[in-house]
Amino acid sequence: MVWTPDQPLVSLRAVFKSFGAARVLKGVSMEVMKGQVICIIGPSGSGKSTLLRCVNALVPIESGSILVEGQEVNDPKLDKLALRRKVGMVFQQYNLFPHKTALENVMMAPIHVLKRDQREVERQALALIAKVRLQGKEGAHPGELSGGQQQRIAIARSLAMNPDIMLFDEVTAALDPETVKDVLVTIRELAADGMTCMIVTHEMGFAREVANEVYFTDGGLLVEHAPPKEFFASPKDPRTRQFLDQIL
Amino acid sequence: MIIGRTDLAVLKPFRIGAAEPWRFNAWHGAALVAALIAAVGIGEAQAAPGTPDIIATMLKWTPLLAQGFALNIAMSFLAMAIGTVTGVPLGLAQVSLLPQVRASSWFVTQFFRNSPWLVLLFYCMLLLPFEVRIGHTIVPLPGWLKSTIGLSLPVMANMSELVRGAVRSIPFGQWEAADSLAMTRAQTLRMIILPQCIKRMTPPWMNLYAILTVATPLTSVVGVSEAMTLTGDILSSEGRSELLVPMYLYLLLWFFLYCYPIARATLALEKRFAVT
Amino acid sequence: MSLQPLWDWFRVLHDTSGIKLTIFYDAFDRARFLNGFLTSVRLMATCLVASVVIGVVGAWIQGSRSRVLRLVTQGYIQFFRNTPPLVQLYFFYFALGSYLKISGGNGIAVPVVTNFTWAAICLSFYAGAFNVEIFRAGIEAVPRETLEAAESLGYSRLKAYVYVILPLAFRISLPALNNNLVNLVKTTTIAYAIAVPEMLYVANQIWSDESNVPEMMNVLMIVYVALVGLLVWVMGRWERALRIPGYTTA
Repeated sequence: MVWTPDQPLVSLRAVFKSFGAARVLKGVSMEVMKGQVICIIGPSGSGKSTLLRCVNALVPIESGSILVEGQEVNDPKLDKLALRRKVGMVFQQYNLFPHKTALENVMMAPIHVLKRDQREVERQALALIAKVRLQGKEGAHPGELSGGQQQRIAIARSLAMNPDIMLFDEVTAALDPETVKDVLVTIRELAADGMTCMIVTHEMGFAREVANEVYFTDGGLLVEHAPPKEFFASPKDPRTRQFLDQIL
Repeated sequence: MIIGRTDLAVLKPFRIGAAEPWRFNAWHGAALVAALIAAVGIGEAQAAPGTPDIIATMLKWTPLLAQGFALNIAMSFLAMAIGTVTGVPLGLAQVSLLPQVRASSWFVTQFFRNSPWLVLLFYCMLLLPFEVRIGHTIVPLPGWLKSTIGLSLPVMANMSELVRGAVRSIPFGQWEAADSLAMTRAQTLRMIILPQCIKRMTPPWMNLYAILTVATPLTSVVGVSEAMTLTGDILSSEGRSELLVPMYLYLLLWFFLYCYPIARATLALEKRFAVT
Repeated sequence: MSLQPLWDWFRVLHDTSGIKLTIFYDAFDRARFLNGFLTSVRLMATCLVASVVIGVVGAWIQGSRSRVLRLVTQGYIQFFRNTPPLVQLYFFYFALGSYLKISGGNGIAVPVVTNFTWAAICLSFYAGAFNVEIFRAGIEAVPRETLEAAESLGYSRLKAYVYVILPLAFRISLPALNNNLVNLVKTTTIAYAIAVPEMLYVANQIWSDESNVPEMMNVLMIVYVALVGLLVWVMGRWERALRIPGYTTA
């Protein structure tokens, strides 16, 4: 079956996952259309980060099905590298490569993985670094950048692979409050450009503003989902209400 | 040596040698020379009248001793090279994804790490042939070369452990980030993990070299004519008991002067790497 | 229970395959190899205990106020760390040993200190030099605030050290200490060089008499790897039992 853009870009069906005795995902299903921005919120340990990691096969699932552009992720014959070229991911701890400069971090994967022309990649990388408003920091090593700056370089690094979808795993959780804003602005601009995004976040204001759809997870289950206005104004499930009461 | 890095607020990292200042020339070397001079003085007092003076005797033999010492250094370089070149793949095999490869390389590493150096030396000395045939040429294996091979075995095992430890000390997030950028395992190791390991491995690698260097006199036990053997030969040819203490101290001084700066440089590197 | 059938089995092994393990079926070789083995174990045990004692005393001196004492310890550490243990052993045994001789009844000079004792002294001081540094680093890894916290709870300085600082420092030091003690046990083989009748020395005598070098070489290797492996295993278990949760040693 050939995937066409009118079908979900990512679709999960009854996904189960445990780490040892701990069951982290207990039958999760969801669909993300091209150009859609979804936010996943929920208490710690509810399986949000694992959910994202399953989508680009960083974590293998036990049962169920994950389709990315019509391709089954839960397949032993899956070409993981081909999948990951299409799926970009940004981590809570940035995970920049500390021995490379900001520019080199952005350029590495396109050159070595996509085998693209070095000069062309450099032009794109410089443009991306400008896009995340870090011109002048190209030669800096990650250790010389603030957390927020490192995180924006990490976003540029993923974008350089020209992914079809971006995964954001609590990308502001480790940041100082004053640098959070710059990162959120970058993601918002990305969403406005039409990039498909799956965002795990604790920033409720940001979720309300940027998402097309908000999902709430608790105890390995998707409890409910709705467009942000509706979700925050009138949550249906008592667990969602309790969670929102606690943090808002 | 930095062994423990911690996020625990209640404990600081464990660093051997952290409090030592760098002042090699000022104190330690001077103390050693002073001890040597004192020993020479005592020796002179004991010497029978009419024998040549001790310092002159030591100077007379210095060129020969230097030749022996050069062999020690040559053996240490060669054994370090062999041990490093074989130890790195062995260490990488220890982090292989294949369980059999992991288990067998672990066994080889532990075996050579837990064998006494002297026993390995005897093993190579007595059981290696005196020549090997490579293709049509016959390569002779003189004693010093067999000993060097013997010395390189524990170096290989220690190197393997260094590589394994360094690879495992790189945060898991680095692997995840490289994975998410569609890098292969080989690319991740070559471009992301190993370059970061080199910095961490350099100080312990230099430490290993210093340990190897002070182990080279062991080859005198299996009959290699290095500095230690020559010292013994010199002493028996002179046959003067008052020469014993000064000559052995003199030999120790050679090693000290070679190894102590390495120890200091290692410490300085550790401090620099600890900051960044 | 008699072990005679086992010894006989090795004799049959020799007769059928040519593998010549005289240390099993020849009573004389068996006795001297056993003696060598016991001498090795005795040397290892003596040095282990003595080097730890030297380490503790040295670390205590390193923390003392006297600058002279600290410098002397520092010199001792650097000297023993940066020179070959074998040359140290020769220096102790031949050079210092030449002064320490008394005349026996028949006029022949008899050494006051035996070869075994020289080896034990030298190796203990050698490993002790490393232990001083290890213990001192362990004590320094415990922050001042911990001492202040203990004192604010009413502990005296001495009691704070005994109950809080030293137990913590010891646990932090343990992995490095293990490494060093394993190294010491391997280094005891150099006692061979001054004719201490330990395992390597008697093995050498046996293979000279029986010309069974490969067999003896392999026996030696197996026995040493087993001995060191045992120490590594015991210390590893101890280390894990005393591990401080959350304090990583990556």
